[in-house]
Amino acid sequence: MYLPWWSLAAAAFIVAALIPQKPWKAFLSGFLGLFLLWGILAAWIDMKNQHILSQKMAQIFPLGGSYILLILVTALVAAIVGGFGALTGSYVRKK
Amino acid sequence: MRIVPFLISAAVTIGLVIVLSTSFGSIPPLGSFLSPQEGFWQNAEPTDMDYNTTLRLPQLKEKASVYFDDRLVPHVFAQNDEDLYLIQGYLHARFRLWQMEFQTHAAAGRLSEIIGKGEDNVILSFDRNMRRLGMVYAANNSLQVMESDTSTKKTMDAYTAGVNAYIDQLTSGSLPLEYRLLNYRPEHWSNLKTALFLKYMSYDLTGSENDIEYTNAKAVLTKELFNKFYPFTQDSLSPVVPRGTTFSPPTVHPVAPASADSLYFQWKDSAAIALLQKPDKDNGSNNWAVSGQKTQSGRPILCNDPHLGLSLPSLWYEMQLHTPESNAYGVSFPGSPAIIIGFNDHIAWGVTNGTRDVKDYYAIRFKDESRSAYWFDSAWKPADVRVEEIKVKGSPSIFDTVSYTIFGPVQYDASFDGFGRATASTNFALRWKAHDGSNEFNTFYLLNRAKGYTDYLEAIKGFSCPGQNFVFASKDNEVAIWHQGQFPAKWKRQGDFIMPGTDSSYMWQDNIPQSENPHVPPGSEFVSSANQLPADTAYPYYMGGAYDLYRGLIINRQLRSMNGITVDDMKQLQTDNYNVFAESARPILLRYIKEHMLTNEEKNFLTVLRSWNLRMDTEEKGAPIFTTWWNNLEAEVWSDELEAAPKPVIFPESYTLVEAILRDSSAFAQADNIKTPNKETIADAVTAAFKKAVPVLKRADGEGRLAWGKFKDTGIRHLLRQGPLGRLHLNTGGGDNVINATKQFHGPSWRMIVHLTDKTEAWGIYPGGQQGNPGSKYYDNFITKWAAGEYHALWVMEEGDTKAPQVKYTMTFSK
Repeated sequence: MYLPWWSLAAAAFIVAALIPQKPWKAFLSGFLGLFLLWGILAAWIDMKNQHILSQKMAQIFPLGGSYILLILVTALVAAIVGGFGALTGSYVRKK
Repeated sequence: MRIVPFLISAAVTIGLVIVLSTSFGSIPPLGSFLSPQEGFWQNAEPTDMDYNTTLRLPQLKEKASVYFDDRLVPHVFAQNDEDLYLIQGYLHARFRLWQMEFQTHAAAGRLSEIIGKGEDNVILSFDRNMRRLGMVYAANNSLQVMESDTSTKKTMDAYTAGVNAYIDQLTSGSLPLEYRLLNYRPEHWSNLKTALFLKYMSYDLTGSENDIEYTNAKAVLTKELFNKFYPFTQDSLSPVVPRGTTFSPPTVHPVAPASADSLYFQWKDSAAIALLQKPDKDNGSNNWAVSGQKTQSGRPILCNDPHLGLSLPSLWYEMQLHTPESNAYGVSFPGSPAIIIGFNDHIAWGVTNGTRDVKDYYAIRFKDESRSAYWFDSAWKPADVRVEEIKVKGSPSIFDTVSYTIFGPVQYDASFDGFGRATASTNFALRWKAHDGSNEFNTFYLLNRAKGYTDYLEAIKGFSCPGQNFVFASKDNEVAIWHQGQFPAKWKRQGDFIMPGTDSSYMWQDNIPQSENPHVPPGSEFVSSANQLPADTAYPYYMGGAYDLYRGLIINRQLRSMNGITVDDMKQLQTDNYNVFAESARPILLRYIKEHMLTNEEKNFLTVLRSWNLRMDTEEKGAPIFTTWWNNLEAEVWSDELEAAPKPVIFPESYTLVEAILRDSSAFAQADNIKTPNKETIADAVTAAFKKAVPVLKRADGEGRLAWGKFKDTGIRHLLRQGPLGRLHLNTGGGDNVINATKQFHGPSWRMIVHLTDKTEAWGIYPGGQQGNPGSKYYDNFITKWAAGEYHALWVMEEGDTKAPQVKYTMTFSK
């Protein structure tokens, strides 16, 4: 059972549409929330894997073989999409 | 609702999602690729991964279990053959799905479909070459034969069902990494894919044909010179069938066409005489077996190490296959059922490449550019014109038209020169033994169950292509070897050059009867093979091909002198780095070098070579000096003569030069550089070669890589040549002409030693790991030990061993 990866944008949108807050705050919480979600998930997987795969992937990408950078890139992708998803949601309620 | 900011922000969000869901060039869609829930992170296997599972496969007849040991080698216990191969298929897919599909895509000429045309169309050309070789045509021919055998058909069906059972339960989380990188999905497995995989091995192992290169060299060489450059026997040959063996007279007598001299050989009266790429005639191997008379235990020992291109994931997958009727252990090919090299409770077997030339080209005269009719036996004969659709990733399909003649497909024509091998004005049709339908799989199926020599003989009899040296040893204390394949009986030099395709008299005639294939029956103290000529000239059939020489020589010399052999002795022999070629070639270099013409710096390198111990060990500095010097000498000697020839040509074998100089150095005219007015002697050539070698060596020395291990720079590359997924820069010894044939990217792909004591003792290792997933600790965990020349003790599990400490995980299969 998997939802497609972009469901995170939808989730951020819905949450922001339900909770009234300023657009920049919505963006920030969407950004941070998704940054933390993907970042922590990736870091957890990577720790259990003892960086075997991340070190290889961080050379293919290329990120100088740094698994930390790879986790950051992963988290940022989710964060930006999540941020904009939340921002869009916040405008639904905003008068 | 603030409509404008809402729309802008929604557009940005949707835009981001679309961009991150799109693949750009070689970059996969980043959103799903990076997602920790479904992307590549899912391939990062926890290092303490628990492989214990219970699985339901509705196709199973009875319950079955798979026990994994600490190296993740599966010990499969099934109640019948169909369940056994169903599970083997499942496990191959579970651990190696991507490679098995990739290799069969390669065999079928479908790589453009998944990676695109490549730079300079190299991938597309690769695909066209495979299509034009008739790979799918050949696989279909074999599939028909295989499926007409009920037992083979059952096995293949079960195996295919097992692979597909795994594919059907794949989720986006369990998709192998390479599919994500290339952004495609696996398709279903089929029996045709199994046949294609086996044909790919035929393709890989019947490369010893040099028809076009020899034809080019012949254009500028006299008959005498040609035979000197490319002889078909060697002075120091130590053949598979020992010298002095008497052969019964041949029962098949191939007849050379009456027109051979005028139409085929067309020898030049005088020699005028190109440098070429020197191919790595790679795919060699060693195998041998010693009987109990020569061992300390009184029981036979069998050894095998097939030398192939080394890649990750490895070509081999180690396993034990057990049913109440059979019990085989060894390595399997992900892509085919059964154990390919291994042993059972009664016998052990191994293979080396037979290196026979079973691939010949015919020059076709087409009526017109449509290439739909060709001149044959004084009439126009219609060709079977087939259109191949090559799908290309990201662009429209490309259609390639291939004409099939009575000989086979026209591989090279005006539309395809095969990487510069042929020209636009020539049409070469291919006659290849692999085009004939045959059931090679059955050999392995029967070997897995063989109980002695008779069973072994029955098993290998039907093995047609690629010709292999099958070594055998049994607990009955018998050792034997057969050079086995279906070989056309050729008249002398038939098919060494491109043959006229206008005349049926040039076609292959009868096959050599199987019983007349070179072999050593039980009764000898030892048998061996190392891709050398299977027999000397006393053998009544012409054997063509380009054979190795030195590994066979040193193996036979060592085995002859050894007694009271132990497994440790065999480990040492199998990983031995002594260079017997250098043993005969170094004295030539040292005898002829004009030392007075050398600078002090050059003399230093000479001193290192002089004190070299002839071993290709990692720390030896003499080894790179020798190989670089010798390669330059070959260029000095041959290139001027071959310069005028059409390209490509190939250099004579290394032994040809050594043996020619040893035979008669004064009369060795090729030392003279025909491009200079002076008469160069062998001493001039040796000195000039050394002077050319020194700058290369000096640079290596300056960079701290003159020691052989660093100079050679062995590595195991990923099949996609993705650097970080390979294991490069392994400091390990060995090389060309050495028993430990580890070259840069090529070498012993599986080392195995089997001691046939009451309870079989076996050792083995391959440079890879059981998991094909680069994110697993089992991906490359054998490589360090392999590079150090160490072995794993192979654990043959017995039925009652389910609680043994070796069992780490259990997979239970039920309906």
